[in-house]
Amino acid sequence: MRSFAYVRAGSVEEATDAYASHPGARYLGGGTNLVDLMKLGVETPAALVDVSRLPLDTVEELPDGALRAGAMVRNSDLAAHPAVRDRYPALSQALLAGASGQLRNAATTGGNLLQRTRCPYFQDVSKPCNKREPGTGCGALEGLHRDHAVLGHSDQCIATHPSDMAVALAALDARVELHGPEGGRSVPAADFHRLPGMHPERDTEIHPGELITGVLLPAATAGLPSAYRKARDRASYAFALASVAVVLHLSDGVVERAGIAFGALAHRPWRARRAEDALVGAAPTTAAFEHAVDLELAAAEPLRDNAYKVPLARRLALDVLGRLAPPATT
Amino acid sequence: MTATDAVLGAPVERREGREKVTGTARYAAEFDAPGRAQAWPVPATVARGRVTGVDSAPALALPGVLAVLTHENASRLGEPDDPTLAVLQGPHVPHRGWFVGLVVAETLEAARAGAAAVRVTYETEPHDVTLTASHPGAYVPESANGGFAAVTKHGDPDGALASSATRVDVAYSVPPLHNHPMEPHTSTAHWDGDRLTVHSSSQGTTAVQKELARMFGLPEDRITVRAEHVGGGFGSKGTPRPEVVLAAMAARETGRRVTVALPRRYLPAVVGHRAPTLHRLRLGADTDGRLTSLVHEVTTHTSRVKEFVEQAAVPARVMYGTPALRTAHRVAALDVPTPSWMRAPGECPGMYALESAMDELAAELGVDPVELRIRNEPETEPDSGKPFSSRHLVECLREGARRFGWEDRDPRPRSRTDGPLLIGSGVASATYPVLVSPCVAAARALPDGGFLVRVNATDIGTGARTVLAQVAADALGAPLDRVRIEVADSGIGFAPMAGGSSGTASWGSAVHEACARLAGRLAEHSGPLPDEGITAEADTSGTADAESPYARHAFGAHFAEVTVDTVSGEVRVRRLLGVFAAGRILNARTARSQFIGGLTMGLGMALTEDSTMDPVFGDFVERDLASYHVPAHADVANLEAHWVDEQDAHLNPMGSKGIGEIGIVGSAAAVGNAVHHATGIRFRELPLTPDRVLTALLEHEHPAGMLGV
Amino acid sequence: MDSQHESAPATRPPDSSRSETTLRVNGKPHTLTVDHRRVLLDLLREDLGLAGAKKGCDHGQCGACTVLVDGRRVNSCLLFAVALDGCEITTVEGLAGDGEELHPVQRAFLDRDAFQCGYCTPGQICSAVGALAEAAAGHPSHVTDPATPSGEPVALSREEIRERLSGNLCRCGAYPHIADAVEDVIP
Repeated sequence: MRSFAYVRAGSVEEATDAYASHPGARYLGGGTNLVDLMKLGVETPAALVDVSRLPLDTVEELPDGALRAGAMVRNSDLAAHPAVRDRYPALSQALLAGASGQLRNAATTGGNLLQRTRCPYFQDVSKPCNKREPGTGCGALEGLHRDHAVLGHSDQCIATHPSDMAVALAALDARVELHGPEGGRSVPAADFHRLPGMHPERDTEIHPGELITGVLLPAATAGLPSAYRKARDRASYAFALASVAVVLHLSDGVVERAGIAFGALAHRPWRARRAEDALVGAAPTTAAFEHAVDLELAAAEPLRDNAYKVPLARRLALDVLGRLAPPATT
Repeated sequence: MTATDAVLGAPVERREGREKVTGTARYAAEFDAPGRAQAWPVPATVARGRVTGVDSAPALALPGVLAVLTHENASRLGEPDDPTLAVLQGPHVPHRGWFVGLVVAETLEAARAGAAAVRVTYETEPHDVTLTASHPGAYVPESANGGFAAVTKHGDPDGALASSATRVDVAYSVPPLHNHPMEPHTSTAHWDGDRLTVHSSSQGTTAVQKELARMFGLPEDRITVRAEHVGGGFGSKGTPRPEVVLAAMAARETGRRVTVALPRRYLPAVVGHRAPTLHRLRLGADTDGRLTSLVHEVTTHTSRVKEFVEQAAVPARVMYGTPALRTAHRVAALDVPTPSWMRAPGECPGMYALESAMDELAAELGVDPVELRIRNEPETEPDSGKPFSSRHLVECLREGARRFGWEDRDPRPRSRTDGPLLIGSGVASATYPVLVSPCVAAARALPDGGFLVRVNATDIGTGARTVLAQVAADALGAPLDRVRIEVADSGIGFAPMAGGSSGTASWGSAVHEACARLAGRLAEHSGPLPDEGITAEADTSGTADAESPYARHAFGAHFAEVTVDTVSGEVRVRRLLGVFAAGRILNARTARSQFIGGLTMGLGMALTEDSTMDPVFGDFVERDLASYHVPAHADVANLEAHWVDEQDAHLNPMGSKGIGEIGIVGSAAAVGNAVHHATGIRFRELPLTPDRVLTALLEHEHPAGMLGV
Repeated sequence: MDSQHESAPATRPPDSSRSETTLRVNGKPHTLTVDHRRVLLDLLREDLGLAGAKKGCDHGQCGACTVLVDGRRVNSCLLFAVALDGCEITTVEGLAGDGEELHPVQRAFLDRDAFQCGYCTPGQICSAVGALAEAAAGHPSHVTDPATPSGEPVALSREEIRERLSGNLCRCGAYPHIADAVEDVIP
């Protein structure tokens, strides 16, 4: 790990100013991924701007029924917040399915979104990786890739995004709130992360110097039935092999709103728009669910070692959809 | 003095327990002193080749970096007994991750930064790291680990197979596995003139002392190796590892006390691993379910540095009666890290294959798998013809079946469900040999009525201190609390390592002998003791390791109940129960913990632990604890360990067999057999991760091979 | 107080790679000039001589380094010490206070033989202390029934204990006894 300068920011403006005045800076939140990557030599910031004490550590109920989680709210606190548990259960469940109690106590909402892939070739600076070092190649494509992407990958990168939380946010139509040199803006959570294309070094749509200030959970999905399910190699404390977050709103015996997002299948949480479109207006039957999910996963292009992810994701999604739909209708 | 009849076997609390729960127990990295430096190794980043150049300047320019050692400037050492210890002695890179440099610095941060700044250039050579059953380089070694003959044969196995009423011919595969003790391999070394003192995370200080003496050209008595507390080992600390050589080199080079604590990610390449094993099992049986032939053939890998052959076909020489038996090992030397011991080498993967095949045979025959094993109980050890000193496998199977509720089991596969879960149960036998080595010990009676017992045992978590104090108290006829014990210091005298489930037998025999001798002297002594007390010593060379006319093994039976989630392919163990016959159990409390620990590691082998060799880059892909999945709390629900009373007069003065390894031996097969019972699908490749299980479930449901999308 | 090794200058002025930081560790204040790269785990072990927190992986993947920061359990290997200025740290050495008496969780670990090699033990114990507080504060876990009312204490079943302690690996396999020990101290 190279030496770095350290600046503690007292306000969002101070943070973005400090970032601008320190070339090669990174924001430090909970540090659970950044410190890990710095130890590995994957991240080599010249300066850390500590944003962990910014006053962005509360969950705020907005008058319109939406909920704003500050970027510095710790994952464990967000998962435990009564409004999150009661109105956005998929988010609470996704958070609790990730990492460990200790890590959730440190990891922040903003940092969780910005965590980087767990691809072992990305984490090993002695191996080629287009994400870490553009132009060097993709070690995973050449090597082993049981855990890698089946959707939206490119010949440059087959990494997946590791977050559980981000999958739920995508399905819940959350928005990511940002503040940068040009002021504030917000981006749909489902579009916040990118597909690798020719530029896998860019994980997200964030602009240089921008800081995540919070996540907005919309009133539109508040209180709707939602759930998260994850499959993994051990019963806890493991990244997903595949996961799914589902929001399902039925009205008059048909699907009025569906939000489906897959985790661990792609370089970003994979919002299943095709499946959602197919479901809206349909009766919530097993056949309709199968049709919708298959429509989405038809785009999958599994690699040599990871064909299992497609049926795994399919079955997880059908299981969660079935559980969210009243039994009588399936 | 009070009677001590019950001291052996009593569930005595660990002597070092208080230090461990308060955080005051000191491990090898924790012997600080002013001026102590930290060192960080530089691993090779090519799969095979040679170092053509090292640029240390960028590292040396960093603040706090004291020295960079490479093969270019490190002093030449004597040839080690173990060639994996010849670090920084030449430019050759035998496998990726081999250490090519060491950075010594004032702090951990400077050492790590320095290691990252060293520039190494290589000339690469083509590499081959992929083991296959038909690997052209595979050969029959002279012997397998433990000195076992590579091949044995009795009768006409092929002929007998051909004429058997029922045959099973199956292949199993066990991946490389990693010991990953919680404490990474660590040594702190310092020199005082030409005296070297080392705190090392070792399972045995004598072996470390001898190897350092050889390499540094010193008489053994100028080297002291201590291992007061060791954070697990499971075989990987059974021999000295490169970090102790590096620490001693760096300490001599810099004149500092130096600690080398290996980063977790470096362990898989340099501390040994369980070699992958490819098994072919052929069983023939008559219509009564009695074996007519048993053939177990194993192919494994070793490195080009050192031959290590996982003796996985050896347990087939012990387990079942059969008129025809062949066991054979082949090994291919590849450009891979050097494999070594991991808990129950040989027995663990070998019994996974054999006990899975026995389950397959039971299914073929329509015989209950417990009953099949009982029917094939041998009169004498099948390979040697020796009588067993004691063998209570049948009692373990029956007791286990009773406790587990085996009788209520519907033998039909896929006969039990709970919503989306398939439920099944399985059984497997276990065995592990009784090993013992010579050792010295001393016991002293002190004027205050206390006793001091010294033996160079290592307590890697087994409870050695505690049980050896019990052995001593028993032999002395003294209350346990009057016995003080000193261990884990090469200065005490030679002792074998904590391994091969032989520690208690080896150390305990010496302690027992010294204490019995001391008790005799005390009985003859009258009047107060002299100030220095009265001492008796023992050296069990030639007695402890004398050839026994008996075949001596521990046995056990494992029973598992699993759930298989048909949605996700996730397998979970609901219950895992082991019943063991391991001679006299000397401390019921610590023994139970060891058995349960073995069961847990076996559960990991069955379900979660997977390591893959990257054919392109030549290293293990899963090198950290986020990707190499040792079981977590949530994986381990109801585990039970029990034992049957076993009296065996042909073992040692305590009547004990080893218990550290047998707990792992039958676990993977019991879980695998339970998964077959749950699903009706036979899995023959470990571990049973969701990718494999779900794929097979879908193929089972859709035989056309359509994966349901 | 600067408890850097004597080989380093006793009072090095803060520069762009070092800063002065004050932590309260087990009730006692410590002011140190720390290398920004120094994580809490190494500060405890190397600078303060508190080697109870263990380095098992150095990457937040094993839990052996678990301590309490402002009462919450965290992986001390992933926290830069400089960022903890003003924080209250409790390590396994400080759980029991000053007397001979053990903390109830420590006592239960001894009673249940909830360890073998002892290397994960301080982390397990600190994690258990943190987990008990979290459950009492109404924090759910992955296995908590979603129907459990929000904000109320969560009853710790065996399954809850196992899930909540899953961030602490134990290679010796002491898990069942650890769960027994935690069960013993549930209020």
